[in-house]
This record gives sequence, structure tokens and C-alpha cells, in this order.
Amino acid sequence: MAEKTYAGKSVNVTEDGYLTNPDDWTKEVAVEIAKEEGIELNEKHLTVIEFIRDKILKGETLTIRSIGKSGIIDTKGFYDLFPGAPLKKASKIAGVAKPASCV
Amino acid sequence: MEHPIKKVMIICAKANIEDVYAALVMANGAVMEGIEAKVFFTFFGLDAITKKRMKKLHTATTGNPGMRMPGGLPFPTLLGILPGVEAGVSAMMKNQMEKLDIPPVDEFLELITAGGGEIYACKLAVEMFGLKKEDFSEHVKDIITIGQFYELAAGEGTQIIFT
Repeated sequence: MAEKTYAGKSVNVTEDGYLTNPDDWTKEVAVEIAKEEGIELNEKHLTVIEFIRDKILKGETLTIRSIGKSGIIDTKGFYDLFPGAPLKKASKIAGVAKPASCV
Repeated sequence: MEHPIKKVMIICAKANIEDVYAALVMANGAVMEGIEAKVFFTFFGLDAITKKRMKKLHTATTGNPGMRMPGGLPFPTLLGILPGVEAGVSAMMKNQMEKLDIPPVDEFLELITAGGGEIYACKLAVEMFGLKKEDFSEHVKDIITIGQFYELAAGEGTQIIFT
């Protein structure tokens, strides 16, 4: 556990940098986490991130496949938006826990 | 100092559901983590990327000591030889996987390539089985020799994995 300051707000994060409390999340916080990941957030990113937050906070598990089928974005688009490790990066920016799925 | 894995070269030489999925899950998992992944299908593994066969993969119900009945009792080998048993067991396995959001083979290949992973067929095995480029899934990038496979493996932080 560590403490970080995003958008003038002090928040607790895990060793990997995921917010420990999803309620600490705001759009401003997201913009700064994204910057650390080398991503300049735009509307499309935010749509995906809000989708992820919504599902995860409802207790659902997400996979790259399920996001690719969500109708919000296809798999390739998801990889393009969050290059490298999309599910991890998007979850981190969305202020939810590190994804634990294998697919 | 840690040396992260940068690239995985995965070889799949068998057509059993479990062998093919081991290769696909590892390749997709790598792509998900931002690790470069290339999968090389050879010998019977070619079934997994052959259009006509990729949807009909089976698991072996004979000669498979790990096989169990749904309740956990040992699966009698003699039962495994009956017509339809292997197909039924294989369908059950696929059903279980679908519940875990593990896609069918063709969709899995799509998932891997959408993330930048690459799929190859082994030239020697392709010739041995008398197959052609058009027999393969559109996700197959190329038919390559083992020499080309090693060339693709070049670079620091590469691991070669044989499933």
C-alpha cells in the first residue's frame, strides 16, 4: 500500500498503483493516472472506462473478450486505445482493482 | 534487477483441445500483458488453424489417465472407445470453457491477432499433410520454416515454449 496524490487529492494505491478505494476516483484523477500510463484521455477512453467501472462495481468480471463484445468498442480498438496491456491499464485508470481474469 | 519477458514463441504440435487451448491461452495472456506473442502450429497442431477442422477439436477419452466422470470417478477406458463418447466429452469441455468466457478457437485466434499476436503454420508439416495456404484460417500470417521461426525469436527477453 502506498499513498499518491492525483489532482490535488491524496489517495491510497496498491503496490501496482491501483486505487484501493474506487470511490476516490474522479475524472480528474483518471486523467492523471492515464498520463502516468502515457495516455492522453479522450472521450472514447472515458466511455470505455465508465463502462468498466460500471460493470466492476456491480461485481462483474471483465475480460478483453467481453469488452470486445460490449458494443462499446471492438477488441482491436481496445488495444489501440490502451496500447500494451489494455485491460490492466484501463482498469487502473478506471480506479478499480487489478483484473484477475486469464482471458 | 528484473528482466521481464518481452516475447514468447509458442509451439503447438497437438490437436487435443487441451493442448491447443494451452497454447492459445498462453499466447493471448501474453498479448494481454503487452508481451509480443507468436504461435507456431506444427504436425497435428495444424488442425487448430485449419478451417475445416478447427471447430471440431476433441479431447482424448482413451489413453488419458486424467479423464474423470462428471462426479469425479475414474473414466473407464472402454467407455471412451464407444462411438459418440469422445464427441460428447469434447462438447462438454467446450461448454465449460464458454462459461468461463474462453472463446472457440477461431474467435480466440481473432482475439490474439487483434492484440498484435501472430499465428504461423510450419512449412514442413503443411507439406507433409498436403495443405495449402487457403486451407488455413485468415488469421494465419504465414507458412514458415523452422529457421524463420528462430529468426522471429531473435532479441533479448524471448522465451520459447512448447506446449
